[in-house]
Amino acid sequence: MQLYRAHVLVCGGTGCVSSGSKKIQEAIVDELAKQNLDKEIKVVETGCHGFCEMGPIVIVYPEGTFYCQVQVDDIAEIVSEHLVKGRIVQRLLFKAPLTEEQVPSYKDIAFYRKQHRVALRNCGHIDPEHIQEYIARDGYEGLAKALTTMTPQQVIEEMKKSGLRGRGGGGFPTGLKWEFASKSPGPKKYIICNADEGDPGAFMDRSVLEGDPHSVLEGMLIGAYAIGADEGYIYVRAEYPLAIKRLKVAIAQAEELGLLGDNILGTGFSCRLHIKEGAGAFVCGEETALMASIEGSRGMPNPRPPFPAVKGLWEKPSNINNVETYANVPVIFLHGAEKFASMGTENSKGTKVFALTGKLRNTGLAEVPMGISLREIIFDIGGGIMEDKKFKAVQIGGPSGGCIPEEHLDTPVDYDSLIALGAMMGSGGLVVMDETSCMVDVARFFLNFTQKESCGKCTPCREGTKRMLEILQKICDGNGVPEDITTLETLGAVIKNTALCGLGQTAPNPVLATLRYFRHEYEAHINDKKCPAGVCTALLEYKIVAENCKGCGACARVCPVGAITGEKKEPHEIDTSKCIKCGSCIEKCKFNAIVKG
Amino acid sequence: MVIKSAEDLKRLKEEAKALTGIRAGQGVEIIVGMGTCGIAAGAREVMSAILEELNKRELADVRVTQTGCIGMCEKEVLVDVVRPGEKRITYGNVKPQDVTRIFSSHVINGQIVDDLVVAKLD
Repeated sequence: MQLYRAHVLVCGGTGCVSSGSKKIQEAIVDELAKQNLDKEIKVVETGCHGFCEMGPIVIVYPEGTFYCQVQVDDIAEIVSEHLVKGRIVQRLLFKAPLTEEQVPSYKDIAFYRKQHRVALRNCGHIDPEHIQEYIARDGYEGLAKALTTMTPQQVIEEMKKSGLRGRGGGGFPTGLKWEFASKSPGPKKYIICNADEGDPGAFMDRSVLEGDPHSVLEGMLIGAYAIGADEGYIYVRAEYPLAIKRLKVAIAQAEELGLLGDNILGTGFSCRLHIKEGAGAFVCGEETALMASIEGSRGMPNPRPPFPAVKGLWEKPSNINNVETYANVPVIFLHGAEKFASMGTENSKGTKVFALTGKLRNTGLAEVPMGISLREIIFDIGGGIMEDKKFKAVQIGGPSGGCIPEEHLDTPVDYDSLIALGAMMGSGGLVVMDETSCMVDVARFFLNFTQKESCGKCTPCREGTKRMLEILQKICDGNGVPEDITTLETLGAVIKNTALCGLGQTAPNPVLATLRYFRHEYEAHINDKKCPAGVCTALLEYKIVAENCKGCGACARVCPVGAITGEKKEPHEIDTSKCIKCGSCIEKCKFNAIVKG
Repeated sequence: MVIKSAEDLKRLKEEAKALTGIRAGQGVEIIVGMGTCGIAAGAREVMSAILEELNKRELADVRVTQTGCIGMCEKEVLVDVVRPGEKRITYGNVKPQDVTRIFSSHVINGQIVDDLVVAKLD
C-alpha cells in the first residue's frame, strides 16, 4: 500500500461542485503531476463539509488546514507554497466574521465549534467512493457487533434504550418501530430507506448519501437483522444524481466485500439492497405513498392502519426509516446505547442535523445536540443575520412546520418543544427571515408549495389547501376582509384533523403559526391595506420625500411608465395611478429620497 | 477479498487505517525544512528518502510536514522529529543516507541520534 505524506481533500458535495470544485480538483491533480509530487501527495474527493457558503472547500492534511472559496488560479500557490514549502496560504483561510481573524484549522471555526457530528461523522473526512476509508473509521463494526454478539431482540432493546427517534419529521421512536415490524409474522419482510428528501431548503439526507453512503447501508443492515428482513429498498429522488451514483458504488463495493448479500460475516444473515429512483413527487416522502411508488403504482398515500409494520411493501411487513435515522444506527452499536442517550434532552436523544438557509451569514449544514437553543444555532453557528438586519422569525420544519418569533429563540430545541410552539422538527430545514420578510407572503409561499404537491386523493387536502391559498392571495392583493382570518383558522383546523396523510395534516401549519405569532401583519394587510415589511406589491405606494429630492431627474429617466415628473432641481413627484411599483427609481436615487410603504 | 467474519473486518480495518491515518493527527511528526536554503541543500532528496522509509516500514500514522527557513541555513537540511509528549529534536546537515538511522532509532524506538542533533526544544 502506498503511503502519502499529505492528503488534499476536495469537497465533492453538490454545493461545492456547483461552485466549481471539479475544476479545482483537476487543477490540483495537474499541478501535483507537474511538480512531481503525485507520488507523495494524494488527492481525495469527499462529500459535503456542510459549510457550503464558503465553498469550494479544500482541506490539507496532516495540518488540517481549511481553505475556503478556492479558485483555480489559487492552486499553483497552494501546491508550491503549502505542499512544497509548508507555508500556509494565509489569504485563503477562513476569516472570522467579526474579528477578521484568520482561522487556519477546521475545528477552530465558530461554525463547527458548537457542532457535534454523529450522523455527519464521516462527511467531508472520507472518500465516499472508497469503502476502505469507511472501514478505517470503524465502518461496519457496529454491524459486526450486532450480528455476532446480539440476537435480533437484543438489537431492538438496544435501539429502544438509545432513545433514537425518526429524523425524517415525525419523531417516532425507532426501536419501537423495529419491534412492531419484528413481531409481525411472515417469512418475507422489507427494510426501506426514505431518501425522498423534498422539503424546500433541506439537504442533510443528500449530504449523508453523498458523503457517507455506507453509514446508511450499515444502519439498514442492522435494521434488517433486527426485524428479520432479507431485502431492502432505498427510495431516493431522481433529482439527486450524485447521491444515487455514490449509493450504487457503495452497494457494489459492499457486495464485493461480502458485507451485503448472502451469509454476511459468516453469520448466516443475508440481505440485499436495491435503489428505487423516485420521480420527484413530494407526497412520496409519505411512507404509504412511497411504498405504492416502489410497487409501480401511482404515488398516493393509503389510510393507516394497517401500518407498514403489519402490511407494507407488497403487503409484507416493512420498516421505513429516513436516511439520517439510519446513519445514526451504527454509532449506537459501536459505542453503546447509553453513550448515545447521554446526548440530547430527556425525550429527544442524540443530535439533529439542521440545514441553515435564508438570511444568515453562514448557511450550510449544522449537526447539534438536541436541546441546544435556536439562538445558538442561528447566531453562534449561523453567524447571525446578513447585513446586520433585525431577526424576525425562523421557519422550522419546512412547509410542514411553522415559524418561531424572536421571543421563543431560547427554547431548547427538541421534538416536543417545537410542537408546543406550533412548529415541528420536520426534516430539520431552518429558513431564517429578517425584517424584510412579510409573514403573510411567507405563509403563502409554503402553502403554495404543499398545495401544488397535494396528490388530490383526499378532499380536505385537495380542496382545503386550495381555498386557503386563494384567501392568502386575496389578502396579499389587498382585498382581504376581517372574516378571512377566522376562515383560515377554521379551514386549517379541519384540514389538520381530516386529511389522509402527513402532507395534508401539516400543510396548514405555516399559516396557523404565522397567525399565532404575526397576526398583526395579517390585520395590517386586511384593515389598513398595508404590508409592514414592504413585500406585497399591491399594498405598496412609492413616494418622493421632498426634502431629500435634489431634482436630478435620474428617477424620471429610469421610470418605464413615465410616472415621475418634476422641474429640474425641484422636488419630483410620483403619479401613483401610473406607477407599476417596479422599484427602479429607488435603485437609481442617490439621495434616498424615494420611500415605499 | 471477501470478509467472512468479524475478525476479517478487523484485519481489513487495520490495513485501511493506512489510507486515512494522517488525517487523525496523532503519532510522530517529522518536519523537514523546505525553505530555499533547505531545498538548495538537498531537502527534496531527504524528503524522498523519508517517504521511502515510511512506505517501507508501513508507518501510516507518522505525519511528514514541511516548514520554511528558521535561520540556521548553514545547518540545512534540518529535520525535526516530534514524538507525542516528548521534546522536539532538530537534526542538522541531514543527508538522505542518515534517514534510515533516524527512523530505526528515534522515530520507532525513541532513541535520539545524538551525533546529528543541533537543538532540543520543549
